Amino acid sequence: MTGDAVPGLVAVVAVTVATLAIGTWGLRFSRTTSDFFVASRTVNPRLNASAIGGEYLSAASFLGIAGLLLVGGAQMLWYPVGWTAGYLVLLVLVAAPLRRSGAYTLPDFAEARLGSPTVRAACSVLVVGVGWLYLLPQFQGAGLTLESAIGAPRWVGPLIVGSVVLVNVMSGGMRSITFVQAFQYWLKLTALLVPAMVLLAVWAGDGRPGGSGSGDGWSVPVEGGGAIGLYGTYSLMIALFLGTMGLPHVVVRFYTNPDGRAARRTTLVVLALLGLFYLWPPVFAALGRVYGGDLVADGHADVLVLELPRLMVDGIGGELLTGLVTAGAFAAFLSTASGLAIAVSGVLTQDVTSRFVGERGPTASVAAAFRLAAALAVTVPVLVALLDTNVGVAQSVGLAFAVAASTFCPLLMLGIWWRGLTSAGALAGLAAGGLGAGGAAVLNVVGVEASGWLGALLVQPAAWSVPIAFATMILVSLATASQTPAHARRFLVRLHTPEVLEVGHGG
Amino acid sequence: MSDHRPQRVRVTGPPRYASGPRSRIGDVHDQTPLGDVFLRSLLKEQLALAIRVLVLVGLTLGLLPLVFHLWPGLADLEVAGLPVAWVVLGGLVYPFLLLMGWRYVRSVERNERDFTDLVAGSERPTE
Repeated sequence: MTGDAVPGLVAVVAVTVATLAIGTWGLRFSRTTSDFFVASRTVNPRLNASAIGGEYLSAASFLGIAGLLLVGGAQMLWYPVGWTAGYLVLLVLVAAPLRRSGAYTLPDFAEARLGSPTVRAACSVLVVGVGWLYLLPQFQGAGLTLESAIGAPRWVGPLIVGSVVLVNVMSGGMRSITFVQAFQYWLKLTALLVPAMVLLAVWAGDGRPGGSGSGDGWSVPVEGGGAIGLYGTYSLMIALFLGTMGLPHVVVRFYTNPDGRAARRTTLVVLALLGLFYLWPPVFAALGRVYGGDLVADGHADVLVLELPRLMVDGIGGELLTGLVTAGAFAAFLSTASGLAIAVSGVLTQDVTSRFVGERGPTASVAAAFRLAAALAVTVPVLVALLDTNVGVAQSVGLAFAVAASTFCPLLMLGIWWRGLTSAGALAGLAAGGLGAGGAAVLNVVGVEASGWLGALLVQPAAWSVPIAFATMILVSLATASQTPAHARRFLVRLHTPEVLEVGHGG
Repeated sequence: MSDHRPQRVRVTGPPRYASGPRSRIGDVHDQTPLGDVFLRSLLKEQLALAIRVLVLVGLTLGLLPLVFHLWPGLADLEVAGLPVAWVVLGGLVYPFLLLMGWRYVRSVERNERDFTDLVAGSERPTE
């Protein structure tokens, strides 16, 4: 540890203290079961949208995108665009109906819609699987960031992030996390926007030097390699556009809106907040092309956001900016990990831990079950992160999107818009999509190398696994049409009718 | 005074699941032919609106990779000193998505308002 470590250390401690303080402050509002799971459904659209933004903008957005853009050029712009457009798809297809379904979690929705405990169990397994897959890179990334920022051993990051998340989630549940997440969105935006402004001013002061080596495909928004590259770009778009609605930590937030109309307005504000944030990573990438040539040469492009301030500004100014971006990166790990931990804990509580906690009055026992579930939800991925550090961060995140797009997306879209969906169809579709996308990704992670078309199909499975999942769900449902749930029609009415009419709501 | 004490009413929260036999109100409403027509038309309108937005996104954002694949020379085009792909995908796309979302929310809320007026004006759904 040297003098370089001071701003990073101060930033990490400050973010941790602020997170715990806001979480504790939120605790005084958490009294009931409903507070723990859905913040009693009273979160207003602007606060809720900030919380969604805070939770959604993970380390991949804060650190990863700028590095990818620096190395890969305009084709990587599809990541932030896809992550934002995913919310537009979610807005028009699922936001309001999902809220009106009145369920707490994705498995709740599946059971309410299809009346089948088996489908519920399948969804629970998928939520926990996708959640852990997405938690793992957060903890690993925290280890890498602390290593780069303050020279700490790699196991420190997962332990710190895991502990802070656990304390926050266990103490206050959804209500307390909502305040923490909202704070962290604005922290992340500030931590990117202010350095970007300062660095742009420095660049203008230097006489606006141009980037190095133009004409190497840096301005082409499609993968190279002819038709295979085109396939890869479209497959990525499908995974990102459709995967967002199936991410467990995103979906659970929609249940915290007061009604369907508020759910839509929340999504609209989220679109604005994400757009505002994603304007800045390209600025870092463009400046990195001018000043950060060494980072690319050394293969350290992924820490571009953390290193660029020091490369461009000398002295105390550079140190301050470094502290700010480190704080933003740390907030990104904390908020995404908290949101995922909440979602996974919610599912584990309802399907696993509430069976082990005795009947000590409804509120006390549910809160205890939730705390037990939270411990489980955080401990497992932290242990994996400590044991094995070979799974790539970007790989795990991309895998989570592809699996979500191939499983929960067809389930939600058909469940909300098509009366004919049956439990057999849903199960078959979930299995087809999950095995297809999940299997392809597992082959990737264990290091199966394939080139040409086979390699492209394995690296970007969404373009074939999503249609297969949809087709399976529809065909098997048609084949088992006699088993269409009796209440399906009434459930659809409830999903699509404005609350003011009170058709099938409450009762 | 105590003779006129109101009868005790049990107050409960909403049930957790929509499944199973619960309220008769919705079922009655379901089986009304007129209500059936209204709901069918609302569902169709909302779905058509959603599909319109998605098709528009598909025809704009969705065609960009193909366009740049077919005409690679476009990548060298510059707008205000920046490559056109960076201007479009790094900046303009976000206000565009927001505008689409805003227009969708306006239309969908108008649909729901019309539906509410229609149903409430012709027959009380909750009675």
